[in-house]
Amino acid sequence: MPSESTLAATPVLRGHYSDASITDKIADIVLVQPAHWGWIAGLGVAAAFTLLFLVAISYLLAKGVGIWGINEPVAWAFAITDFVWWVGIGHAGTFISAFLLLLRQSWRTSINRFAEAMTIFAVAMAGLMPILHLGRPWFFYWLIPYPNIMNVWPQWRSPLVWDIFAVGTYIIVSILFWYMGLIPDLATLRDSARVRWKQVAYGLLALGWRGEARHWHRFDTAYLLMAGLATPLVISVHSVVSLDFAIGNTPGWHSTILLFSGFAMALTLCIPLRAVFGLRAFITARHLDNIAKLMLVCCLIVTYSYLIEIFMAFYSADPYTIAMTMNRVQGPYAPLYWSVVLCNVVVPQALWFAHVRASPLSLFMIAIVVNIGMWLERFMIIVVSLHRDFLPSAWGMFYPTFWDLATLAGSIGCFALLFLLFLRFLPAISIAEMRKLARRLPRRA
Amino acid sequence: MTSRPHPDSTLVFDRTQAEAARQAFWRGLDELDRSQIDSHAPAHEPVSWYRREFMKLMAASLALAGTPGCSRPPLEQIVPYREGPPESTYGKPVFFASAIARDGYGAGVLVETNMGRPTKIEGNPLHPASLGATDIFSQAAVLELWDPDRSQVVLNGKNVETWDRFVEALRARLAHAPDGAGLRILTETVTSPTLHAQLRRLVAKYPRARWHQYQPLNRDNVYAGTALAFGEPLEPRYAFGNARIVVSLDADFLGSLPGCVRYARDFAEARRTHAATMIRLYVAEGTPSLTGAMADEKRIVRSAEILRLAQAMARALGVGAAQPGAAVASDAWLDAAVADLLQHRGSALVVAGDRQPPAVHALVHAINQQLGNQGATIEYTTPVAFEPASELESMRELVAAMDAAQVDALLVLGGNPVYNAPADSGFGAALERIPWKAHLSLSRDETSARCDWHLPAAHVLESWSDIRAFDGTVTIQQPCIAPLYGGRSAHELLAEIAGETGTSGYDIVREHWQQKHGVAGFDAFWRDALRRGVIEEPSPLRRVAVLKPGLSIGVERVSDPNTIELVFAPDPTLGDGRHANNAWLQELPKPLSTLTWGNAAMISPALAQRLGVKTEDVVEIGVGPRRIEAPVWISPGHADDSVTVYLGHGRIRAGSVGTGVGFDAYALRTAAALWSASAVTLRPTGARFPLAATQTHDRMEGRDIVRLLTRDQANACAKGPCPPAGEAPVQATLYPPVAYEGYKWGMSIDLGSCIGCAACTVACQAENNIPVVGKSEVRRGREMHWIRVDRYYAGSPDRPRTLFQPVPCMQCEHAPCEVVCPVEASVHDAEGLNVQVYNRCVGTRFCSNNCPYKVRRFNFLSYTRDTPSLNAQRNPEVTVRMRGVMEKCTYCVQRISRARIDADKSGRRIVDGDVVTACQAVCPTQAIVFGDLNDPQSAVNQRKSSPLDYALLAELNTRPRTTYLPKVINPAAGSERA
Repeated sequence: MPSESTLAATPVLRGHYSDASITDKIADIVLVQPAHWGWIAGLGVAAAFTLLFLVAISYLLAKGVGIWGINEPVAWAFAITDFVWWVGIGHAGTFISAFLLLLRQSWRTSINRFAEAMTIFAVAMAGLMPILHLGRPWFFYWLIPYPNIMNVWPQWRSPLVWDIFAVGTYIIVSILFWYMGLIPDLATLRDSARVRWKQVAYGLLALGWRGEARHWHRFDTAYLLMAGLATPLVISVHSVVSLDFAIGNTPGWHSTILLFSGFAMALTLCIPLRAVFGLRAFITARHLDNIAKLMLVCCLIVTYSYLIEIFMAFYSADPYTIAMTMNRVQGPYAPLYWSVVLCNVVVPQALWFAHVRASPLSLFMIAIVVNIGMWLERFMIIVVSLHRDFLPSAWGMFYPTFWDLATLAGSIGCFALLFLLFLRFLPAISIAEMRKLARRLPRRA
Repeated sequence: MTSRPHPDSTLVFDRTQAEAARQAFWRGLDELDRSQIDSHAPAHEPVSWYRREFMKLMAASLALAGTPGCSRPPLEQIVPYREGPPESTYGKPVFFASAIARDGYGAGVLVETNMGRPTKIEGNPLHPASLGATDIFSQAAVLELWDPDRSQVVLNGKNVETWDRFVEALRARLAHAPDGAGLRILTETVTSPTLHAQLRRLVAKYPRARWHQYQPLNRDNVYAGTALAFGEPLEPRYAFGNARIVVSLDADFLGSLPGCVRYARDFAEARRTHAATMIRLYVAEGTPSLTGAMADEKRIVRSAEILRLAQAMARALGVGAAQPGAAVASDAWLDAAVADLLQHRGSALVVAGDRQPPAVHALVHAINQQLGNQGATIEYTTPVAFEPASELESMRELVAAMDAAQVDALLVLGGNPVYNAPADSGFGAALERIPWKAHLSLSRDETSARCDWHLPAAHVLESWSDIRAFDGTVTIQQPCIAPLYGGRSAHELLAEIAGETGTSGYDIVREHWQQKHGVAGFDAFWRDALRRGVIEEPSPLRRVAVLKPGLSIGVERVSDPNTIELVFAPDPTLGDGRHANNAWLQELPKPLSTLTWGNAAMISPALAQRLGVKTEDVVEIGVGPRRIEAPVWISPGHADDSVTVYLGHGRIRAGSVGTGVGFDAYALRTAAALWSASAVTLRPTGARFPLAATQTHDRMEGRDIVRLLTRDQANACAKGPCPPAGEAPVQATLYPPVAYEGYKWGMSIDLGSCIGCAACTVACQAENNIPVVGKSEVRRGREMHWIRVDRYYAGSPDRPRTLFQPVPCMQCEHAPCEVVCPVEASVHDAEGLNVQVYNRCVGTRFCSNNCPYKVRRFNFLSYTRDTPSLNAQRNPEVTVRMRGVMEKCTYCVQRISRARIDADKSGRRIVDGDVVTACQAVCPTQAIVFGDLNDPQSAVNQRKSSPLDYALLAELNTRPRTTYLPKVINPAAGSERA
């Protein structure tokens, strides 16, 4: 039974590795190893769901958003829930890679790469959702300020326009940050590759990296700068997404609830990853423990938010907010609220216990539960607030259709597909940073 | 032709205007050339053409050639290049006066036609049954005209035939019996003087032929009741304007009685002032109705017990006709009503419903006589219907003759007796035995399918006819369009039978009136009648009714109070079922229940609890051996131990819209129990059936939504602070104030006048090309109506007070929808309209989320279907929206534009009354008033200056342009219910 002290003492890199062995261990996944059956099976399932996603999108474009369950008054439901959820997942990736870089947390090294990949794929999924949810998605670019013959600019007071900038900036910075970190590794792959097309492909992507000291100097400076840029973006994007709601006058859209699912998603991804690709040495119990602790902190913040939301409702004495709060707790969607509380408040309390944090299986289960809980929370915020607002005559209910579920499941499938392909085509752990870590560690030990 | 609401002023082009125009305009290039060249170029210089100048002139002449409307008409007499419809100007609607029947009673309308296409119906302000308003059925008539399911050919069995072949067959059939033996004609209630004269002529020509009348919603009880009281059938007519105390015994005079549109107007006007003369309304009813919802004092009582209540009331008032009987237990409602009636002799009125047996009517007449109301609040005329024999009896005779093989040929003119004859009449079965039968109808319905010949009828908007209104006023119905599918009217068919081959409906109607009027001055009379839509003559129908001496009315039937009674009611939006294929009416939320696309068995909450059923649970309703299954709808305020079913649903051959919607309640309706049955069994089946209601929450949740005041409170308001007091009039804002200097449009809705009839909803649908979405979409909450009528219940579920509130777009000055639209599709205009730019909308739906009133409607799917005949109905001035686009009430911006163009042309401001929104125009009670808030004299400003005026959700600081006046009730002194 592991204790707090043994967990904390677990090194962030288990065993002794030379530069070459680190390179081999990570690059072999991409270059040498035959496809693992688990990977192939996962890819098959993910591809099937991606296909479902494509079908759902095609049908959506052909028929209109009416294939979903949305209505008056619940004009937003799954698509926006999915959007906010994916954005939240994306944030944790940036948090891990950029925030912790700035804070010089060495344990981030082995997980930052795939956390960043997770960010990009999650934000890609997130970015699709608001476009798909439009009544006329082919005119989505009208939200972008561009010179046009209509001489119309977007409505700057609308948070949806801020969204375009926030999410757009975010995805660009995330890709740049990720790609910049990849460059030394791409050069490594170029050099290790034995197949011509791989040499050419990785060679092109490596942008002529030769590992000179000058390169490294500029790389480190730029990488730190990018991290500095990305970090405030986490806050700003989420704030803007929150403003989408806060600007509205719908009761229940005015409180702060934040990124929690991201860490859970990071756990959800890295636990099978280390098992399937034998990376237990690089992603150790220490990593899992640290992410779990971050999850616990987020859980406590979320719990606080829930409590303060209820308090503020009654403190404000606004009858509509009070009615909304009561409706959440005991209305037709009350099971949803209590599920959210169970998933996001009650279950993560298990993370107080060291042996829970030490067990990958229980962590995986908790992470899944938190992911579900966070999705439900967004759904609750959006749908439950909308379905009963000011005039009782206009109250209604939302029931999802098959296509709502297909779009959510399909986007998860598409995300998984991208992630699985990433694992086989790019180094899932930063080789260069692991080498640095390996050199630094023995000295400390 | 009448040109309300927008006088066709350009047609009147007087000579001085033309002369003035001559100065400003030039007729052609030669004229322009001369003036230009003469003034600018010396005569001796050769004319030199510069390219730019040449292009300019070419452009001018091309523009001139293309747009003749920009120039004035020439002063000389010219001949158009082809025959156009008279008085048509491209792009300008033309209004024709006509009348549309409801259960046989006509109401005057003005049909708006655009380039010859009837597109919208307005009320005829000159017609006494309309006064400018209409009911929902008139509004929807225009969709019926363009219904693609209308039958288009003559059918013999399944073979397509021609009218000529039918006439041949008819001739051959008539030749069998020159005296008309075996020939029967079945019509609905006849209120057309011409049709009646034709039928009389026909029976005179074929002496052994018989004419029968039957329609399911007939006034047998009314005529029998007056016959009982006065010795002759009479038609009562009410003057609510003179009444102070009105007692309704199951009479829905606001929603379904003939003349209800007019009655609603009179009633609302007599209540709008909160002076001492404000009407107090007592209602006793079992099935909640619009009238019941307006009651100040309501007594919920089963339909069968109304007779005893009437007896008790008559006794208490000292009416001799009432037999002594078991006293009704002490009853505060009755005591208050009787006391009030006694205090207001001559200004009181008691009304009995058509559903009630003749005895109730007779008692009510006796009460009104006793109180001296005749001549003040009630008067009698000879029946509006011609030859008002008992229609039930008429049907019985016909079926008996059919069964006895005395009928060789049956001609059914309109109606749908196979569907709606009493279930035990055996009409359908007897019909099988008739060797030759023909049915004239708009579509191939249940009766057509059982007849040899199906004849496509001309629609009311396609044919000539005439019709009487509830007070006997006659309107000549003129066609606004030639028959779309070569249909013919009953007049033309009867003329064929009478041997007047090839006579047009026009000739028949005109000749009838020429005979009646005389030749002298007939042309002027005729033109005047057509133009005004009413024939104004001193009503020859009025009678002074004298109670039969020694009248004594006992309790005829005593229903067992321990059994459940079944009440039949016409469907609020489909009537007797003839409108079942009208998608507007199917989707129109039924007042009170807000149900669409189907009917339900209405029961009280208490009965539902006893049966253990919820709304949507299916019960089996049994009357004797007859059984039907129907979903339950729990209706607060319904009488206990009573169930109401609505007729008009469950059609099997209504068309693509109405077939199979709802359940057929006619299956339980027998001749003996035409309006209500007793000893009914209700058995839950355990099944469920989905119903589509547009409003699922009935309570206001303690929010300040519909304000309810008593008359005393309202009057006190003028002096002191109004409840709820202390509301900040204008809240602070960060944005600079906008001065609306030109026009400033606003609306006021008087909740005290609104009777919840939903005419505004369907009028808006017709005016603004609003699509229908179907039952499954309504169930999803996607109905598209721009103005909805909210209905709330206050008080206990067993005895609720019903409140209505029409909710269109509030046109907020601080519109929450505008700031959140990323593409500026929702913007404000300089006159304060919150406009929606459809072709800019990308469909984020944020505006709808942010609208606290939830009045925005989204095209979730492609709702507008591209059907040629339905396209012809559309208003050319309103964009048809595509899928993915948000839409909402625009304050009828197209009508504002039209008024602006007219005003600009004559160089004046738009004056009050120039712009009448569709909902305002149709409103029977004038609850909706629209106008310019910058005009201090405007009617809307008058309304808004009331201290009672309030904005919905004012605390959100949206500053709506649409505001409300509270519902003001006038409860009896000492009443607990407020």
